[in-house]
Amino acid sequence: MPGMKPFRRMILGALLAGLLKPLAALAATWNKDAFGAKSAPDALKSLGASGATPSKDVLIEAPQIAENGAVVPIEISSNIPGTTSISVLIEKNPFPLAGTFEFREGALPFVKLNVKMGETSDVRVVAEAGGRRYTATKEIKVTIGGCGG
Amino acid sequence: MAAGPMKMRATLGAGFTDVRVLMTHPMETGQRKDSEGKLLPLHFIQNVTVKVNGKTVVEGQISQAISRNPVFSFRYKGGARGDKIEISWLDNNGETNKTEAAVA
Repeated sequence: MPGMKPFRRMILGALLAGLLKPLAALAATWNKDAFGAKSAPDALKSLGASGATPSKDVLIEAPQIAENGAVVPIEISSNIPGTTSISVLIEKNPFPLAGTFEFREGALPFVKLNVKMGETSDVRVVAEAGGRRYTATKEIKVTIGGCGG
Repeated sequence: MAAGPMKMRATLGAGFTDVRVLMTHPMETGQRKDSEGKLLPLHFIQNVTVKVNGKTVVEGQISQAISRNPVFSFRYKGGARGDKIEISWLDNNGETNKTEAAVA
């Protein structure tokens, strides 16, 4: 039937649009609510990690004292099997959430990064495994803050 | 400001591959002032993507709390000499950059 063709094309177009849209969104997902949170509890809530279980298998390697708050090296990792994401929060920063990383296709739940710290603060790491959240903290003392100036 | 250069090095470890990357970016917090006392606008990388042989392995979202000229290390299981690594970033102004290297 000749009348079928435009209709089929319309369905195809709708299907394609439906497919392309989530792909475009996926390419630039940025958790505005969690990153915009001004307190650690609010950021954790946005991450769905309010009730995270403390765990020794969430590891934070960082200096006890950071002389320069503008560049504080932190190594975060998880020994919990099936860890799919790790987030790091600097609890006393104006916006505590510093980063959240998803791991797939053989990536190890490990990230080394440099963060800015405004003042001495607990650094909290949250790991997600099997839909559950696990957490650990470590205090880092800052001699010279690294957010203003 | 045009996106500055990126540097990457990927090396084989014991059962994993270590990928280190340096990005050139001001990572402005929106709280610093210039010499005339005007606030410098918020300007920072928001997304970091690591691909190995075309497959995304790490998808990172970051904030302005990451230090200027960000440096990251990532790791993936196994790996072999010649694996093609691609790392790209996207900032809050829509600027983007990427770099590629093979595991040495």
